Formats: sequence, structure tokens, C-alpha cells
Amino acid sequence: MNLTALYRWLLLGEWRAHWIRVMVALIAIAVGVAMAFSIHLINTAAFNEFAAASKSLSGQSDLQVHGRKALFDEALYPLLANYGGVALANPVLELDVAVPGKLQNRNDHKLKIIGIDTFRAIQIAPDLLGLPEEGKTLDRFASDTIFLSPAAMEWLRVKQDDSLQLHAGLEVITLRVAGGLVRARAGQRIAVMDIGAAQWRFQQLGVLSRVELKLQDGINHAAFKARLAEELGESYVVTEQLDHEKRIANMSRAYRVNLNMLALVALFTGTFLVFSTQALSVIRRRHQFALLRVLGVTRQQLLRQVALEGMILGILGSLSGLVLGYTVAELASQFLGGDLGSNFFPGVKPSIHFNPLIALLFLGIGIVVTLMGSIIPALEAARAKPASALRSGSEDTAMAKLSAPWFAIGCLAVAILFTQLPPVFELPVFGYLAISLLLIGGIALMPHFTAWFFSVFLTYMPKKHRNTLLILALARLANAPNQAAIALGGILASFSLMVAMAIMVTSFRISIDNWLGQVLPADLYVRIVTSGDQGGFEPVAQQAIVVLPGFTRIDFFRVQQLLWDPNRPEITLFARPVDRADPRNTLPMTDDMLAPGSIPDDVMPVWISEAIADLYGYRVGDKITLPIAATASEFLVAGVWRDYGRQFGAIQMLLSDYQKLTGDLRINTAAMWLKNDVTMEQAVDVLRQLPFGPALEITRASDLRALSLEIFDRSFAVTYLLEIIAVVIGLLGVAASFSAQTLARVKEFGMLRHIGVLRRQILALLAAEGGFLTSLGILLGFILGWGISLILVFIVNPQSFHWTMQLYLPWRWLFAIAVILFISAALTALLSGRSAVSNQVIRAVREDW
Amino acid sequence: MWIKHSTSIIACVTLFFSVLGIEVSAESGRLKPVTPDYNLSFPVDFGAHDDFRIEWWYITGWLETEDKKPLGFQVTFFRYATEQNHDNPSRFAAKYLIIAHLALSDPAVGKLMHAEKSAREGFDLAYAKPGNTEVKLDDWTLVREENGRYQVDMQADDFGLQLSFTPTQMVMLQDQKGFSRKGPKPEQASYYYSEPQLSVSGKVFRHHKHVVVSGRAWLDHEWSTALLDSEADGWDWVGANLDDGSALIAFQIRRKGGGKVWSYAALRDGSGNMTFFEPDQIEFTPIRTWRSPQTDAIYPVAMRIRTGEFEWLLTPLLDAQELDSRQSTAEVYWEGAVTITKNNKPIGQGYLELTGYVKSLTL
Repeated sequence: MNLTALYRWLLLGEWRAHWIRVMVALIAIAVGVAMAFSIHLINTAAFNEFAAASKSLSGQSDLQVHGRKALFDEALYPLLANYGGVALANPVLELDVAVPGKLQNRNDHKLKIIGIDTFRAIQIAPDLLGLPEEGKTLDRFASDTIFLSPAAMEWLRVKQDDSLQLHAGLEVITLRVAGGLVRARAGQRIAVMDIGAAQWRFQQLGVLSRVELKLQDGINHAAFKARLAEELGESYVVTEQLDHEKRIANMSRAYRVNLNMLALVALFTGTFLVFSTQALSVIRRRHQFALLRVLGVTRQQLLRQVALEGMILGILGSLSGLVLGYTVAELASQFLGGDLGSNFFPGVKPSIHFNPLIALLFLGIGIVVTLMGSIIPALEAARAKPASALRSGSEDTAMAKLSAPWFAIGCLAVAILFTQLPPVFELPVFGYLAISLLLIGGIALMPHFTAWFFSVFLTYMPKKHRNTLLILALARLANAPNQAAIALGGILASFSLMVAMAIMVTSFRISIDNWLGQVLPADLYVRIVTSGDQGGFEPVAQQAIVVLPGFTRIDFFRVQQLLWDPNRPEITLFARPVDRADPRNTLPMTDDMLAPGSIPDDVMPVWISEAIADLYGYRVGDKITLPIAATASEFLVAGVWRDYGRQFGAIQMLLSDYQKLTGDLRINTAAMWLKNDVTMEQAVDVLRQLPFGPALEITRASDLRALSLEIFDRSFAVTYLLEIIAVVIGLLGVAASFSAQTLARVKEFGMLRHIGVLRRQILALLAAEGGFLTSLGILLGFILGWGISLILVFIVNPQSFHWTMQLYLPWRWLFAIAVILFISAALTALLSGRSAVSNQVIRAVREDW
Repeated sequence: MWIKHSTSIIACVTLFFSVLGIEVSAESGRLKPVTPDYNLSFPVDFGAHDDFRIEWWYITGWLETEDKKPLGFQVTFFRYATEQNHDNPSRFAAKYLIIAHLALSDPAVGKLMHAEKSAREGFDLAYAKPGNTEVKLDDWTLVREENGRYQVDMQADDFGLQLSFTPTQMVMLQDQKGFSRKGPKPEQASYYYSEPQLSVSGKVFRHHKHVVVSGRAWLDHEWSTALLDSEADGWDWVGANLDDGSALIAFQIRRKGGGKVWSYAALRDGSGNMTFFEPDQIEFTPIRTWRSPQTDAIYPVAMRIRTGEFEWLLTPLLDAQELDSRQSTAEVYWEGAVTITKNNKPIGQGYLELTGYVKSLTL
């Protein structure tokens, strides 16, 4: 007989007999690969699309000059145009303008308008040229025209020649849609206007957002950039396209990495499942393999046999995983958007691209992971001496080698060590490593812990509670812990991850809820719908608000974006009244602040968010310079406040200091406290009756709060999804390992039946074993999960998003999940036991000898 | 030569004025019509005229390198009033556009090299100043000095010019003392003067090297608010410096479907005596055509022109002098250096412009 035929027989025979388990293993691999692959696809597509869209706005410029603040004086433009080495200077005014009728969606009511000089832009960003009706080229220079991308037209429900209303400061202006931007990217929602028209109509006379430069041939870009940056001084920033891409990458990196980590967790759980399936299948076939060895099959041939099984499983599972992953990515990006509902990449409609190389990589990962799960038990099977392996009861020793206690303890120790290490490239690499080591160590420790725990339990169990079945179950768990540990591992892995995520999300949500209460103390928040950085309320309008009846207190805010470091996203600068003596009355301070009342009178204090402290390395008591006014001014860091709203950092300063430094008296938000006898409706009415009433965006603090939490929940939707998948994989693992185990113990059950144990009693025995095991799994899973949640809350979150939070445990939810898990695991154990105690009693015993 | 301008304008600014006729000018309160009673006065009229829709300065000529190789060149600056944004206080408000064309014909290259630029007036980066000829578009400049000499400095990516033009004769007022009719209706006209027989010296840049050149050139300055008749299909125009010091100008505006809408021709001898020809005395006859491989347009690149009793034969310096600006703007025309022959003797050099051969011009 030739060996190939033998391999085929062995393989097909095994799979035909245990096809359910094979299917479970396949599903586990497929789900793991699919998760990882789809998250990768969605992230990459969203990121690429976002980068491409923002690149298409800046065209093929060599350098860009920005102000530190969003807008700067246009006088710089002719200077740059005439600067030696500059071939072309392209002035751009970019505005985010509110659209009347879209205001109900607070996060999505703005249209990006790019003001360009057609003749300059055509040479640097030709995609931004509007296509007017034939013969109406002058529409490109007109002051009442606007060109819209297809996506913008669809969003605004207008077409060529329609009129379009937009908010401009306190007024609403009407423009004519003169044509399309045919080369805008799919889904990119932008509008283009003449730069002179945009300056005039949107009340931005004399300012620009940026000047894009094309350099003459043969100019050294780096040297030019350095020279120009030095000449322009502190108030301006010179960047390359590369810097821009870096900034975008920086912006979403933490988010992307964290999602990828979650995907890896799914893959990890899948691996563990494959491992347990394969390990048990090998153990069950020890006799078969030993027999083959005796018949002359070599170790290598046996090894090849098992590896082949794993290989085929891996290929089939990973391939279906790729298909599944691609489908999920397509669906998710269609229904949830490219950022999976988290608003990380606004206004982007990515299309998923199939990259064969990446697909191959994930296929490889899936196969390797499956092979690893198969090879380890296969090595053991091949190494075993045929004589002892043929003997019954050797299964448990087979697993012993896989779980040396020093390995487990080493993993746990290193994990604890890793929690003390700083982030790498601003990513919590060691935090994630610590989590996986905790998981691995925890699972590897299980056999020993199980044996120890149940022997102790057995020894100290009160005599009166003892009955045969209980003792049998406990004895089994105490003395053959390795097989039990495999089932336990599945429960442990999925439950601990679930616990960890639940604790993390709950802590985060409650912390945010508390924080919202602190940062939104007023009753009403009023701003001008265009707002953005173009501060809306002139002093006259402020005065009109101040004299309104019905309010006890009104605070004005000037909020704007500030480009502090060209390589990083912009930070947010708040200028507002702050209680100088004790900022805790105004801001959600951390404990890190100067003692109340200790700020000297002659310095200007600022309060920085945790992100600023982390990213820019400033500490309380440091002196910092901010490029706010024409000349940079020095401030004292008086404290650190908690900010969940702006991941890239925010700084609070006194409005009076800001106005003194800049002379900019406009503000964009008013926080208003109502008098006791005034209702919300009355207050809103009073505001609406102002001359500029219709242009106001009036929000109740309670609405803001609800909205913020809604956004929070939406951005964690994908987390919940991943969590559910982890649970399902975990339960699949429990089912697989229990059924494998009970099948492997057919002989044992046969024996029990022969000495008079009833079938019903054997089932009770199995249920008891399952129950004990699951209880232990849940208990340990909780401890492990709690440990992991500590890492998530106190290491991963601060390191990737630069905010800290308090720990809160969702007891009720955890208890419910524990009960569900307990019941389903015991049921699984019972169900899979039924087949083992069916009609095979005689055969089972005979087979033994 | 006004024709040339309109073409290029069309080309450059992509046909805003599809209906650039009486209606437009009648409606535009801000812009003035061209009337026969205006007397051109210098130096003021060398400068820009913001009250008119369109204006151009156009210089063509033949150059000779030190090793006696011939080159042709064309330089044009347009000023165009958008008639918009006059109430817009922004410094970017596009009230006037400045457009420039630069072309070089070199038989050694075998085809026309050309470049163009456009910008809105403002920030002192682009302007056309009143009072004297002073036009700037980024680093392209055309300036008339106090002594009447013009300086042109224009660098494109791979070629450029730096030339000065010294007048050798007085200004040549076209048609009725500078009031130049373009069609059957009296308002279809422009103010138009030329400076023929300019003596040229300077440098031509190619491949990052320069060659010293000298030669003769022809300058046109023309401004108007209303131009073409709606029946017009295109035009043929020639302006030539003859070796005996006289200057020849002739143009015809072709009618859609054949025939002509208008024509004009004048000959001024070296001592300044003008001879005008009536439209029925002027006749353009194609002698040889050239098919453009890019556009498939067929141009009558060699032409016989009869003005009264004279017959002039025009022979191109090279055939491929088509200016194809469809990529950036839209229009295609042929603008080329030609040699003038009379009675089988070469008697001068000039530029021939042929427009409307790809499709009807919508001016």
C-alpha cells in the first residue's frame, strides 16, 4: 500500500468522523482572519482616501506656507510670489461654512469652500477648477458663483444654475451654482469659489489660509524651506506635502493601531481554538498513531500527516476568512462609513481596494497560526514512545509538557514589567504586549492551577456534602488537569477579554459623563453657525447679548485652532474667563496644578490639557511661548486639565489676556446661565429675537451632553461587535474542547457503565465537571480581565489618546454575562457528552484492551 | 492684426464673449464704445484704457542670429475687463485679467515653441498701467521707455526672449486716424495704431543658453469694446515690414459659408505717405495649404494678396506654426513668420495670422 493513499485515508477518515469539529476549527480560523483582514481593509481605505482627498486640495505644490492661526494677512502673498526661487505662488482661502437646513446634524452641517485664483490654481491643483456652462467662463471669477463637487451637489440637493444659501457671519447669502468640480474624488464634499469673491462674501477680506508654492527647477527644497522658514519667523510655518501626510497619519494613528490590536485579539482567540481542537484530536488518536509507528511509519511521516491536516485546515479557513473579511469590509464601509461610525475621517467615502499582496500576507498569517496550533501536539505525538502511548490513560501526560509552570510565571512576570515601560513612537506597544503575555501566561498556568485548586477543594470539602459523582468529577479535574485546562483556556480567553473591554468602556463612558457635567456648567451655549475660526460676534453683538434679560451670568469664549508644531495636528486654543485663583471652579482639573491662589499677578497663566502635557512634554510651572499675537508671548503653565474632546491637545487661557495681546475682540461662543424663573423656551425666544437671531446656533447643555454620549457609543459600536465575536469564538472553543474530551474519554465512560453507573449519572458527572470548570474559568477570567482592564484604562488609553480616566466596574453586566457563560458552557458539556455515552459501551471497553 | 488679438483672447480666456457684440456693449454702462470722433493722443494712448473691454499690445518680427540663422517671434499682452466685481473690496477681486502669449519659430526646431500666462490684475504681480505702455504678468514684462524704446523680457520653461525695440519711423494710425472698422456696423470697430519697422536687438534663450539676435519688428496696440459681426467665420491678417522702409497691412474677415464680412489694407511708404485700399480692391487667394497633424485643420499657409494693382506673395518660414492651446484654453490658430515676394523678388518680412480654420470662431 502506498503512503499517499494512507495519508488520504487517515485524513478523510478523521474528518468524516468528526466533521463538526473540523467545521468549528475552520470557522474559528475564518472568523479570526476575516476580522483582522476586514479591519485592515477598512482602515487602509479610509486613511488612503482621506489622505488623497486632502492631497487633492493642495495639489502638486512643493511647499506650503501657513500661519500659526487658521488665517493670516494676505500681504504675505505678493512677498512669496516675488521671492527668489519661487516659480508659482498659489493663494488659498479655505473656509468651512455652515449650510442652513443642515444644522440639526451638529457634526455634519458644514461645506468646505476653497477660494482660489483660477489662474494660479490651474498650474498646481487643476482638479479644483470648476467647470462652468459652455461660454460662461467668467463665472469662475464672479462674486456670486460657486462650484460644487458631485457629492456636495447630492448632499445639498442642488444642480447647476440652482441657488444655494450659506451662512456668512450673522447673515445668510445666496450664491449661484455655476457648475461642477468633475475631478473631485468620489464622496469628497467640497466647493470652489473665486478667492476674491470668497473673501468678500464670507467677510474674510485681507486674509488667506495658506499659500502653496512651486519652486523653480534646480532649487534645493530643504535649503529653501529652511531659509524661508527663518525669514518668515515664528508666526508662519513652512511645510512640505510630506509633513502634511505625516500630520494626517499622526492624527488617526492611535485609532487605527487600537482597532488593529482588537482584530489581532480576535485572531489570537481563533488560534487558541485551533490549537485546542488540533491538540485534542491528536491526543485522542495517540493509540492510532502509536499503532502506525509500530507498523513502520516514521516520526517524520507522522509529523507530516498532522502538519498536512493543519495546513489544509489553515488554507481553507484562511481563504474563506479572506472572502468573509472582504465582504464585511465592503458592507461595513457602506453602512457605517469608512471610520466605522467614529467620525475619525469626516466626509470620506472610501472604496475598498483588494490588494493581492496584503491578502497573501493575511492568508499566510492564518496558515502559520493554524500550523502552529497543529505542530506542537504533532511533535508530541511523534516523539511519544509507541509502547507507552499504546497504553490507556496516557492522554493527560501528553499535555503536561506544554504547560511548564515556569513559562507561565515568566510570562506573567514580564507582563507586569512591561506595564512600567513608556510608549514607543507614542503607541502603547508594551501595554499591548503585556496584555497578550497576561493572556498567554494565564492560560499556560491553568493546568497547574486547576490541579491545585481542585485537590485543595477535594481535600477540604465537608464530609457531609460528599457523594460519588461529585468526588468523581473533582478527582478527574484535580488529577487530569491538562485536558480540563484546554477547555478552561477557551473560557478564560474569551471571558477575560470581555471583562476587560466592558470595564474599559464603562470606565470611559462614566468618566466622560462626569466630565461633560464639569465642562458644560451653563444652561445654554450659543454660537454663530459659521463659527469655525472666523470668530463671529463683534463687540456690538456681544453687547446686545450682555444686555438681554433673563440671564444671571454670561461667559464669552474665543475658540480657534492653532498650528503649534507643523508635524502635528492643530491644537485648540480657548480664550475664556477662568477662575484664576482656583481653576477647579471652571475647568475639569487633574490634581496636577499650582496651589490655588499661587499664580503671580504679573504672569499670564495657561491651563494645558493632558494631551499637551504628554505630546509636547510641558509640566506645571513651565514657561511656554505661544504664537498668538504678532510677537510670541510667554505664558506660565498653571495646571493640567482633563480633556476627552480633543485628542491632539487644547490650551485654555484668559480671554482678557488674549484680547490684550491680539486686539481681536471677536468671540465665537457664549455660555449662558438662566435666572431661576426663566424657562429654556423663553430664553431661546429672547435670543431668537436679536437682529442676528436666525444665524445663532443655540444648544442646551443637556442636548450637548446627550449628543456627546451618542457619539461615544457610536464610536464604540465596532468595539461591541468585536466583543460579541470574541464571545462566540470562546463558546465555540468550549463546545469543541468539551466534545473532543468526552469523545476521548469513551473508554472511561464505558468502564463506569460496566461497574453500574447509570447513563444519567454519567451525564450529571459531565455537567458537574463542566460547571466546576466554567465557574473556575469565570472566576479566573474575571481576575485576568480585571488585570487587563487596568492596563487598558491606565496604560493603553493615556498612551494612545492622552487622557486619563477613573476605573468603574459594570457589576450587573459582568454578572449577567457570567451566568450566561456558565449556563451555556455546562449545557455544551452536557450535550457533547450525550453522544459519548450512547450505544458504544461494549465496543468502548473492548477497544481499550 | 486686431484679429490676432481676439483670437488669442478667445484662446486664453476661453470665450467669455461668445456674444461679444452690440448687445454686450450696449448693456455695459461702465465700458465705452469706440467712436470715430476720438483723436488718439500720445503718450497717453500708449498706455492702458480701462474703460474698454479688451486691449492688446502685439509684437511680431523676424530675427537673425549672429550666424545668420532666421527666427520668428510673437509677443502679445492682453488686458481684459471682466465687467465684474467692481463693488468687491477684496484685493483679489477679478476686475481685469492680464494674458500673455509668447511664441518662437525656429526652422531648426521645425515647429512653433509657445507659452502662455494668465493672471488677474492685482498685488503688483500683474497690471497694465495707463499713461504709457507698461504691462507686467509675473516676470513677463513689456515696457515703453521715455525715449520710445520698448523693452520685453519673457522667460518660459525652455525658451525666452530679452529684446529691445527702437522705433525708426513715426506711429502708423490705422484706417480713419486710428478708428479702425471691423465690420459693416459702425460700432464694430477698434482704436488701432501700429509701429512698423522697429529695430530689434537683444537675446533669445534656448536650452539654458542665449544667442544674440537683431532684426525688425512690428508692434500693434488696439483697444475696443465690441468686435466681431456674428456672421464672421474667422480672419486672415498680415503685417509686413518691407525692405524699402514701407509697411504693409491687410486683413479680411471671412463670412460663414464663404465670402467676406469686411476687409482692410494699407501701405505706408518710408516717408510716411499712406495708401488705403477699398474693400473691393482687396483679395486673398490661397496658393498652398498645410494640414496640421494635431488638429487636421487645413491652413492656406502660402497666400497671394492683391491690394489694388499690387500683388503680394506670402511664403511661410516653416509650415508648422500652428498654436494649439486647447489643453489650457480652447483655441487653435496659425500664426507664422512669412516672407513677402513681389514680382518674384523677396521684398520684405512679416507675420501672417489665420484663425477660424478648426471651427468657426464664436467672437
